[in-house]
Amino acid sequence: MKISVQTEPFDLNAEVAALHRDNPAVGAVASFLGVTRDVNAGLGVHTMTLEHYPGMTERALEQIVREAETRWHLLGVTVIHRVGPLCPTDPIVLVAVASAHRQEAFQACEFIMDYLKTRAPFWKKEVTPAGERWVDARDSDGTAAERWQT
Amino acid sequence: MKIRLLYFARLRELFGTGSESVDVPDEVRTLADLIAWLSTRGGVWTEQLAPGRAYRMAVNQDMAGLEAAIRDNDEVAIFPPVTGG
Repeated sequence: MKISVQTEPFDLNAEVAALHRDNPAVGAVASFLGVTRDVNAGLGVHTMTLEHYPGMTERALEQIVREAETRWHLLGVTVIHRVGPLCPTDPIVLVAVASAHRQEAFQACEFIMDYLKTRAPFWKKEVTPAGERWVDARDSDGTAAERWQT
Repeated sequence: MKIRLLYFARLRELFGTGSESVDVPDEVRTLADLIAWLSTRGGVWTEQLAPGRAYRMAVNQDMAGLEAAIRDNDEVAIFPPVTGG
């Protein structure tokens, strides 16, 4: 498991390669790349700042990955989340999951993102033409996370 | 009992601080008690921690509900619902 909360950019190709390069048992790697958009809730976004809770954020991400590992047979997981100032088109989050077959990798990747959205302490603040604003949590994120609880 | 309080994002800005060490009275034993005690500060504290306001809490870096117990030297964080990803 690799968990990283960092200001620096990351290299998706290098991260995906690292998950299967030395492990011939890996038959699938599913990855999700979250990217900063230039529009949210009808307003243009110039820049964004990501705040987090150092210590708890890493701990929460690790717990989410451990939970995924109890549900699916996984051969490697990488979660990288950027913090600090970000601009539209900047990659913000990467979740990559390796497994023997695609279904486990797809499902675990989605599960980790859904849980990250509701349980990992990150907060987005946007700079828009109307000024700065904290992004509000979306009900749909809570709904997405809840569907895994059945 | 001494505890360390941390605030993040919107609440950090509204409360005007990211952290403080507080000596809470003996009757403060749970997060619900702590919220009630902080609410007596008035102003933004009363307003932001009022029933129905959306905030989350963590004790020693684990998400916790209002019923969670707090102990001497605990790290308690209060923050808005998370918006990462």
